[in-house]
Amino acid sequence: MSFLIGENMTGGYGGADILTNCTIGVEKGEIAVIVGPNGAGKSTAMKAIFGMLNLREGKIMMDGEDIGALTPQARVHKGMGFVPQTNNVFTSMTVEENLEMGAYIREDDISSTIAQVYELFPILKEKRLQPAGELSGGQRQQVAVGRALMTQPKVLMLDEPTAGVSPIVMDELFDRIIEVARTGIAILMVEQNAKQALNIADKGYVLVQGENRFTDTGKALMENPEVRKSFLGG
Amino acid sequence: MESYANAFVVLLNFLIIPGLAYGSQLALGALGVTIIYSVLRFSNFAHGEAMSFGAMFTILTTWLFQSWGWHLGPLPTAIIALPVGCLVTVIFLLGTDKLVYQFYRKQKAAPVIYMIASVGVVFVMNGIIRFIIGPRDQSFADGARFIFTARDFKEWFGLSESLALRSTTVITIVTAIIVVAIVFWFLNKTRTGKSMRAYSDNEDLALLSGIDPDKVVRVAWIITAILATVAGTLYGLDKSYKPFTYLQLLLPIFAAAIVGGVGNPVGAIVGGLVIAFSEIAVTFAYTKVIAYTLPEFMHVDGLAQLLSTDYKFAVSFVILVVVLLIKPTGIMGGKTI
Repeated sequence: MSFLIGENMTGGYGGADILTNCTIGVEKGEIAVIVGPNGAGKSTAMKAIFGMLNLREGKIMMDGEDIGALTPQARVHKGMGFVPQTNNVFTSMTVEENLEMGAYIREDDISSTIAQVYELFPILKEKRLQPAGELSGGQRQQVAVGRALMTQPKVLMLDEPTAGVSPIVMDELFDRIIEVARTGIAILMVEQNAKQALNIADKGYVLVQGENRFTDTGKALMENPEVRKSFLGG
Repeated sequence: MESYANAFVVLLNFLIIPGLAYGSQLALGALGVTIIYSVLRFSNFAHGEAMSFGAMFTILTTWLFQSWGWHLGPLPTAIIALPVGCLVTVIFLLGTDKLVYQFYRKQKAAPVIYMIASVGVVFVMNGIIRFIIGPRDQSFADGARFIFTARDFKEWFGLSESLALRSTTVITIVTAIIVVAIVFWFLNKTRTGKSMRAYSDNEDLALLSGIDPDKVVRVAWIITAILATVAGTLYGLDKSYKPFTYLQLLLPIFAAAIVGGVGNPVGAIVGGLVIAFSEIAVTFAYTKVIAYTLPEFMHVDGLAQLLSTDYKFAVSFVILVVVLLIKPTGIMGGKTI
């Protein structure tokens, strides 16, 4: 049983089901990536795990505990960090204030966590007094990830962290994400850049129309001719 | 040279100092409007009544203190009554939120619905205020009337023009500076203040970060109530207290908030000063200033006003329309309404 798992998830935003019998799991210190064509329900699957969507069937377990009934806020308290795809920073606030707000639920001293985030993303230390809205796309994503790390989560969920950034910045972001995973945090992310993402993934989920089509290690999926042909462009 | 000094004294006495005092009152009002707009996301038309309500309770407390023989020497007794007025207004506005706005928050109502609800609150509060204190003028200023009088000034400088500095003017400006400084410190330095800014910036992300929306809303009403009471009382001290003037004051206050950039606290201050100075400068009688500074053939007999004082409120509207046309986010950059 995985550290965090959404098992047999079935549900949608009220109308027709978007997810059918979809299972997604991730281990501590590992990177799991959800890929698939547009409209496959990738983001929906992740939102379901985070509790932003009511499931008709299936359950969400973290560390052996059923968290399916909790609100997203309560799941943050349980140790989940979530980085939305858009609007994921407080644009009018400085980088440092963004990090402070990320740690809002913590009552203890947060300075060492801030230092850790700056160590991971040195550019943020340089720009710490600048409003986050003035940063470039890649830097903003770093702020967004840094904000989510401030609660010292056990699981970090990223919704297309490389959307709209240049290939160079994308590689750098992936390097940072690997570093985060090495600290023992479970990482679950949705990615459009399937090839690059599967390259760094310990586990990959290929979703099609809300169902698991292929589930394997990232490497195996990259080598699977059918996956290559249909989803990775040959 | 002396004639230029005279012209400057005229400007100082009738334009600059009154402009600063009126600007401070508008800025305090606009700050309250802007805080509610950025946290609850609607234009609170009941803000004028909140000012009136706060001022009313401060006046009632002032009378009580005066009857007990409490005085502050040269300062008006209203200053020690102010905390009581603030407290009652805080309780009243929190009650209004519980009774009226909370319902619409649960419904996730559109901003325009809140706005209309706030118009309803205006009528109810208006009724309550008239019921308690009546519709007439009330005077409650005591203490020293002047810091220095026109005669003092003449003796000191020997100019033909003179300047009088009323103590309420100075109290207005000083109190406004102190209150604004505290509000800015709160918003920028404290955890709760920052969480309010975060909530106003990006509500979803604030919820994700574990910021409690109920607490943010509560604190917003508390700050607004205090700002409204202080602004209302200062206005009452400076002019006189009359319940219905506060509804009229709502126009320049909203103009100030929007001109400065609604949702932007610095914008509220800038907007307040811009509106106040424009209103006074446009309706100011420049006869004397012209007589002192320009050559004789340009002198005029009339008032040399750009607009009659009756059109005072039109000035804020003209500025408002121009700003909305040219720079809809306001001078300092806020949200677009």
